[in-house]
Amino acid sequence: MEQDMVPQDNISTYADNKKAVYATDRSGNYNVIASSGWEIEEEATLQAVREMERLAREAYVLAARGEYSPLFFHMYNRRMDIQVLAEATGLFKWRIKRHFKPVVFDRLSEKILARYSDALGISRQKLCSLPQQNRNL
Amino acid sequence: MQEQQDFKHRHFAHCESGVMSLMVSHHGLPLSEAMVFGLSGALMFAYIPFVKLGGMPLIAYRSRPRSIIKGLQKTLGIKMKMHTFSNPSKGMATLDALLQQGHVVGAQSSVFWLPYFPPEMRFHFNAHNLIIVGKEGDDYLISDPVFESSQRCATEDLKKARFVKGMMAPKGLIYYPLAVPDHIDYQRILPAVIKRNAKAMLKTPVPIAGIRGIRALARSITRLSGKDPRQARLFLGHIVRMQEEIGTGGAGFRFIYASFLQEAGRLLDNNRGLESASREMTIVGDQWREFALLAVTTIRKKRNDKMNFSALTEKLLHVAAAEAEVYQRILKIRFTCL
Repeated sequence: MEQDMVPQDNISTYADNKKAVYATDRSGNYNVIASSGWEIEEEATLQAVREMERLAREAYVLAARGEYSPLFFHMYNRRMDIQVLAEATGLFKWRIKRHFKPVVFDRLSEKILARYSDALGISRQKLCSLPQQNRNL
Repeated sequence: MQEQQDFKHRHFAHCESGVMSLMVSHHGLPLSEAMVFGLSGALMFAYIPFVKLGGMPLIAYRSRPRSIIKGLQKTLGIKMKMHTFSNPSKGMATLDALLQQGHVVGAQSSVFWLPYFPPEMRFHFNAHNLIIVGKEGDDYLISDPVFESSQRCATEDLKKARFVKGMMAPKGLIYYPLAVPDHIDYQRILPAVIKRNAKAMLKTPVPIAGIRGIRALARSITRLSGKDPRQARLFLGHIVRMQEEIGTGGAGFRFIYASFLQEAGRLLDNNRGLESASREMTIVGDQWREFALLAVTTIRKKRNDKMNFSALTEKLLHVAAAEAEVYQRILKIRFTCL
C-alpha cells in the first residue's frame, strides 16, 4: 500500500484513535503511517457490534417478560455468549442454561451468584435485576 | 512511584511485536517492529473451524499468541523472564515489585476489560499485549503500542484484564528481558528465518494452516450459498474483522512482513531477491485489502439480491496463489554472503 492510499476515513469505531499501518513512499521505502481508519473496517466492526446489541435487546425483552432470568440479558450485554461465560466462570454450559430459568436463578446460592457477578464485572444487586433502560456497557 | 525515566512510547501496528520492539530497544538492542515480527517468523495463516471465537471460527493471520516473544528468544538468544500466576493479588504484587526495581514490564491482557479501548473495539479477546512502565497513585502508566500515546489504567481494571478466564487466558502473564545480546549476526540469522517462514507457509502438514488454510477458507465461503443469509453476512463480516480490525489484521501483517523483507534486504548487502520479494508481498497485502472490500460490498447487498459467493472464493484463491508464489520465490533466493 502506498502512503497516499492509506485510508483516512475518520471512522467512528476508532473513537478518535489512530492505527499505525505500514505503507510505502514514492521511492518504495516502508514507513509507519497513522491511519484514522478505513470505512470498510468500520462497516465490519459495526456489523458485529450491532449483532451483539440485537442479542442483548432481545434478551432484555425476554427477561423483562419473566421468561428468562436477568443473567441471560447481562451475559449478552457484556458481549458474551454461553461459551465465553462458561469459560469465565468455570461453570458447565448446561448449568448456565439452567440458570437462565427464572425459577432456578432465584434460588441460586450466594457463591454461584458471586462467580457470575465477578465474571460479568457487575454487582450482585445489578446481576439480579434489569436496568431501567437497555443501555450498552 | 514515577514512570521509568528514559522509556519512549511509540505507535506500532501490532501489539505483541510492538511490545517486543519497545522492550528490547529499551534494553539497548534497537529493533524495528517489522524486524521483530520477521525474526520471530510470525507470519502465518490459520483457519480453524472447530475453535469458535464468539460463535465464529478462528481465523488467524499470524502465528499463535506468545510466539513472537518465544520466537525472538530462540532466534536472537534473548533471555526473557516470564511469570504467570494463579493468584491475582500475588500477580499484582509481583508487578509492583518489578516496577519498584525499575523494570518496564510486558503483560498479556484482555481487550474487553481495558477501559481505554474505544467501546466499539471492546471484544472478548484475551491475547492483547502491553507494557506497564510505572504507577502513579492508583493508576498504572501503560505504553500500549497500538495507541498513539501513553495510556492509564486503574488497578482494579488492570487486575481484571490480566486475570480474565477463558480462551487464551493471560493468567496474569508478565515478562521482561533478563539479557539482550549487543550484536546480531544478521548474515547468518536472516536467511534462515526467512526461508523457515516461507516453508512453514507452503509446506504445512495440516490442511487448515498456511496457504492450504487460505484455500480452505475460500472453499468454506462457497458453502455459504446454502446457509441462512444473515449467518452468511455475519461470517463474511467476521473474516474482514479478523483481517482488518483485530491486531493489525491479515493485510496489515503482509505489509509488516514486506517492510521486514525490505529491511532484511538492506542488511544483507542490498539483496535483490529480498527487495523484489518485499515488493511482491506488498502487492499480496493490497490483494487482501481488495478481498475485504469485495466481502463488505457483498454484505451490503439487499436481502433480495443474490450474494455472489463464488466471486469471493475466486478472489481469495487468487490471493492464496499470489502469496504462495512469493514464498516459492523466497525459497529460491541465493544468499551469497553466508
